[in-house]
Amino acid sequence: MMIPLQFRHNGRDVALFVDGATNLLTALREQLGDTTPKFGCGQGGCGACTVLIDGASHLSCLTLAASVEGRSVETLESLKDGPRLHPLQKAFMDHFAAQCGYCTPGMLMAAKALLDRNPNPTRTQVVEAISGNICRCTGYEAIIEAVLDAAQQHRASA
Amino acid sequence: MLEVRKEYFADERDDNLKEIGKGTQRQDMLGHVTGASTYFNDHKLQGMLHLKVLRSEQPHARLRRIDLTEAERSPGVRRIIRGQDVPRNLNTLLSLINFGIDDEPTLAVDKVRYLGEPIVAVVADTPREAYEAMAKIRVDYEPLPTVFDVEEALKPGAPVVNETYPKNTFTYHERYDHQNLRFGDIERGFAEADHIIEHRYQMSPIEHATTETNGSIAAPDTNGRYIVYTSTQALFFSLDTCAKILDVPSNTFHFVGGTVGGGFGGKVDTLTEPLSILAAMLTGRPVRYVLGREEEMQFASPRGAERIYLKDGVRRDGRIVARKVRAYTDSGAYTRLSSYGVVKCVAHLPGPYTIPNVHGEVFCVFTNRTPATAMRGFGVTAMDFAIECQMDRLAEVVGMDPMEFRILNAYRDGDMKAHRREAKGTALIECVQVAAEKAKWPIREEFRRMSSRQGARAPAAPREERIVIAPARAPASPEPARAYEPPRPAPAPPPQPAPAHGATRFSSVFGARRR
Repeated sequence: MMIPLQFRHNGRDVALFVDGATNLLTALREQLGDTTPKFGCGQGGCGACTVLIDGASHLSCLTLAASVEGRSVETLESLKDGPRLHPLQKAFMDHFAAQCGYCTPGMLMAAKALLDRNPNPTRTQVVEAISGNICRCTGYEAIIEAVLDAAQQHRASA
Repeated sequence: MLEVRKEYFADERDDNLKEIGKGTQRQDMLGHVTGASTYFNDHKLQGMLHLKVLRSEQPHARLRRIDLTEAERSPGVRRIIRGQDVPRNLNTLLSLINFGIDDEPTLAVDKVRYLGEPIVAVVADTPREAYEAMAKIRVDYEPLPTVFDVEEALKPGAPVVNETYPKNTFTYHERYDHQNLRFGDIERGFAEADHIIEHRYQMSPIEHATTETNGSIAAPDTNGRYIVYTSTQALFFSLDTCAKILDVPSNTFHFVGGTVGGGFGGKVDTLTEPLSILAAMLTGRPVRYVLGREEEMQFASPRGAERIYLKDGVRRDGRIVARKVRAYTDSGAYTRLSSYGVVKCVAHLPGPYTIPNVHGEVFCVFTNRTPATAMRGFGVTAMDFAIECQMDRLAEVVGMDPMEFRILNAYRDGDMKAHRREAKGTALIECVQVAAEKAKWPIREEFRRMSSRQGARAPAAPREERIVIAPARAPASPEPARAYEPPRPAPAPPPQPAPAHGATRFSSVFGARRR
């Protein structure tokens, strides 16, 4: 049975019909055409599908689409402001914090959720914030450095 | 950050290095951080169908009957594909370079040989309808005896896994059941040794676990061609493999790829493209076939497990005089790339050390496990693990520091390797020295001053006439880095007549073809 669903997607109101069993990842990718969240495992193990729901990081593959009714969903698509990169994106580039790039959307969203609630995180807090996101290429070190650097840049500019 | 020690190249180049040692931005980085990089699964095509594969629930069984009646009537099903529908339902990946016999079906026909082997493909309007139809397929299995251990598989009377190779080993050059390496006289080497140690090493299979699973989308294009978006690491290799399996000219396909969500060797197997293209051919619609995580773990190949026996003879003064290796690569039920991994393994023996007497034999063995494939230095990494563990044990036996022990036995430029190729551009000694320095690991002055350069010590083995030896290059520094003499020069093995085809046999897969 199809269910009508309305929510905010990257600051825009969207309305669609979803099957009750459809998860948020599928709704975003297949119905809204936002392919920034990635499918990695479909079981909450890898974090490639991480999005923000009302500012907190969530695994979109384990979230029923119908459950975001009336809420705000943010994906990597909304991270940059027009042509201007977010400090996290800039820092990921500067620190070579991506290789194949497949975990990067989830990593960036997990990091954004952290910096939004804690602009001055410790290394341990960064590690904890991305602990649900698997990266098979970088070995994490560059990612951790990038997040710490972004936090510092953000503070300096604020 | 990367550190460049230019003094090591001082006699080779005097120019300033423009890029090495400096960071260079990846061309795809902006796409990665903005989410604009397009992976195969980011394409959504009008009217796209979804393909799912029914997999074997048995590790080894005859397929008595496959009942599709109910599945065919299931809602949303567009097509069910069986082995009989695949134009050339037998292939081996390296057949494109004439290496190996076709041994793996795209869809199993009469027999399954590992848990997870594809049997039937269902093409439906939605993934859910494909799964629902799949649940209605009845497969009648007749279980067969299984073998999961490489050494058991080689015993007489072991179950035959893959009828293409009835002895459960890959056949090299149409007659050899393993890869061989002979250098010097192994028994004489052991006779000269003061200590002999032997150990068994076992490495498990390792899954690449790329965050993006294997998959592809195929769609009818103009002029009877097909466009294929794929996760493959080997675009043209996969294209030609599909052309072979589907029995069409390779210009039938336009493959689009290169943005791969992690590969590490696990995306060279062309696992999904033949079926997604065939489904697009049979339905006239775009078809997506993407592996779920469980399928990726069970069906997509891992790095093959290896079992390695190492027997080494070492003299009291620390020189290794004999190394005997017997190893088995677990290829699983089919060859995929393991045959080549074994060639690399043997080509790597006896490790980066000069040992005058070497005896190696490595088998590519078939078992009822998931077929293995390439993964980051496959064939070499497991053997390195075994050799380096063994080096520590040898150092302990002779009471030497493990770093100094490696420097003592390391190959130098001009040494003859076990494959009768002269060692060139060697740098193990310098690497160990720098590693020791970085780790603040004390090594004695004489070992700190040793060098890989030619003339650093007397060659351990005679050179063969037919090998052209480049003129010795001048040492970079006048300091007598070669002052250290090993306690005794290593015994020279008797000169051996050159086997007629020896050189190419060990060179590479390509060398083997030219034999």
